[in-house]
Amino acid sequence: MNRFIGFIKKEFYHILRDRRSLFILFGMPIVQVMLFGFAITNEINNVDIAILDHSKDVNTKEIINKIATSKYFSIKGFISHEDEIESTFKKGKIKAVLNFEKDFGKNLVTQKKATVQILTDATDPNTANTISNYVGSILQNYQQELNKGLNMPYQIVPKTRMVFNPELKSVYMFVPGVMTIILMLVSAMMTSISITKEKELGTMEILLVSPLNPIQVIVGKVVPYILLSIINAAVIILLSIFVFKMPVQGSLFLLGAESTLFIVNALSLGILISTISSTQQTAMMISLMGLMLPVILLSGFIFPISSMPLPLQLISNIIPAKWFIMILKGIMLKGVGLAYVWKETLILIGMTIFFIALSVKKYKIRLE
Amino acid sequence: MTKDNMIQVQNLTKMFGDFTAVNNISFEVEKGEVFGFLGANGAGKTTAMKMLIGISKPTHGAATVAGYNVLTEAEQVKRNIGYMSQRFSLYNDLTIKENIVFFGGIYGLSSADIKEKSQAMINELGLHDMADSLVGSLPLGWKQKVAFSVALLHNPKIVFLDEPTGGVDPITRRQFWEMIYMEANRGVTIFVTTHYMDEAEYCDRVSIMVAGKIEALDTPKNLKRQFQVDSMNQVFLKLARNIE
Repeated sequence: MNRFIGFIKKEFYHILRDRRSLFILFGMPIVQVMLFGFAITNEINNVDIAILDHSKDVNTKEIINKIATSKYFSIKGFISHEDEIESTFKKGKIKAVLNFEKDFGKNLVTQKKATVQILTDATDPNTANTISNYVGSILQNYQQELNKGLNMPYQIVPKTRMVFNPELKSVYMFVPGVMTIILMLVSAMMTSISITKEKELGTMEILLVSPLNPIQVIVGKVVPYILLSIINAAVIILLSIFVFKMPVQGSLFLLGAESTLFIVNALSLGILISTISSTQQTAMMISLMGLMLPVILLSGFIFPISSMPLPLQLISNIIPAKWFIMILKGIMLKGVGLAYVWKETLILIGMTIFFIALSVKKYKIRLE
Repeated sequence: MTKDNMIQVQNLTKMFGDFTAVNNISFEVEKGEVFGFLGANGAGKTTAMKMLIGISKPTHGAATVAGYNVLTEAEQVKRNIGYMSQRFSLYNDLTIKENIVFFGGIYGLSSADIKEKSQAMINELGLHDMADSLVGSLPLGWKQKVAFSVALLHNPKIVFLDEPTGGVDPITRRQFWEMIYMEANRGVTIFVTTHYMDEAEYCDRVSIMVAGKIEALDTPKNLKRQFQVDSMNQVFLKLARNIE
């Protein structure tokens, strides 16, 4: 036991005396959570739009007023001719133009139908899409007000309610993803680098010649990172609760337990990487390319898995992060218990055992 | 086999695929002996040494170190040997004291023991001013001396030194060898690989490996007589040429 404590102490000296690893361990999680939380968002606010009103009647005025008073848009100009639309977009400020047809109000009354064209700058497709949805719902709203009191023969009124994230806050989607990325990065990359560092410097040989057996060496190297990763997970959860007001509906204990499971999973991947790479450089490249990219692209963090082509959907199943994100979303947003995430949990446990078994096998081969 | 043999090697062979790195070598090292294990780079001396310290498994043959079989009693072997590698064996980002505490710890020394030994070591090496500075800031020669002392912390019966003086200036090398003699006089067996032929003169006996085989094994004096030359360097060159 004494040996073990000594080993862990030494590992902490390494971490605390290396500025780079200190930053990756403690600076990056906070920076990333802040970045994702504040800067990267799917919501739109105060988008600049321009109006091309060929009709200038009561109805168009009312619509323009509605748009101007919503917090999503601010009207930054009126143009009078179609030719100006392109040059307006080219200036870059204006993201959308509303083009009311001639005799908009008159058509509405006489033909029960009037047209307004919504042009959006689709150099940023996501924003363009969101803008046209928002404008669409403002128009629909106006239409319903007009029809109030009238007897419509048939009418379908879609009433949408967004459950689990009623305000559609993107931070709710990013927190589980960012937490997954950070835990993966810290656990897998840092352990694989710290183990290969000993190999590279030759101190691993000294450890293997000592009476410590290889498993003790690895456990001794990994335990400090388990502790640090748990602290990291706690910091991220606290940040998301107190800074981003993200609710944790489910049990905090379960959240902690699942996070620990994922940390161990990532650590076992880190050990596996260290058994196949002989330099810190290689370990870092494999961690970044082999772990980070799949975590970001294929875990469902940013791109929905259900809309991927089938081969990618299949590949996503072998990515631990996918299952952890599902667990996190379940616990944090839906407030479900183990009864609903046991399948994902079992998959993570299975993967962890597999990675550990594989690294033990590889590790032995390297000692031959 | 006499009881005083600290290392006993019989027909030890290591193959990597078709390549035979160590080819059927046999030798003994007595207690308290300074045994030089010589050879050009790639001659197989590091591979042979790795089998003796239990981090590489022999393909054929047997070896006992400190009376324990390297294949079946690796644990006991490891408790009884010290090892200092050609690449640096201490942690650069730990202080001298922290290194001593760490290595003492993994060899299972008690805290009191570690305290006493580190004090003795600091006194002996005259390191009072540097005990709390990072090992990385020491000159190479000092590092090697500290590494040697750390390898001896747990009172091993045998110390394996893998090119311990690589890159060190002649004066420090001389001092280093004085430390080696001191330990040998205390009864510690020294097994040292080197490619400095002048250092070979300091050894009680030397073996010279060429292409995986031990081609010569005797006292430096006898070897020089056998090859009719004045220095170990010439012995080595002559031997290498004859083989080619």
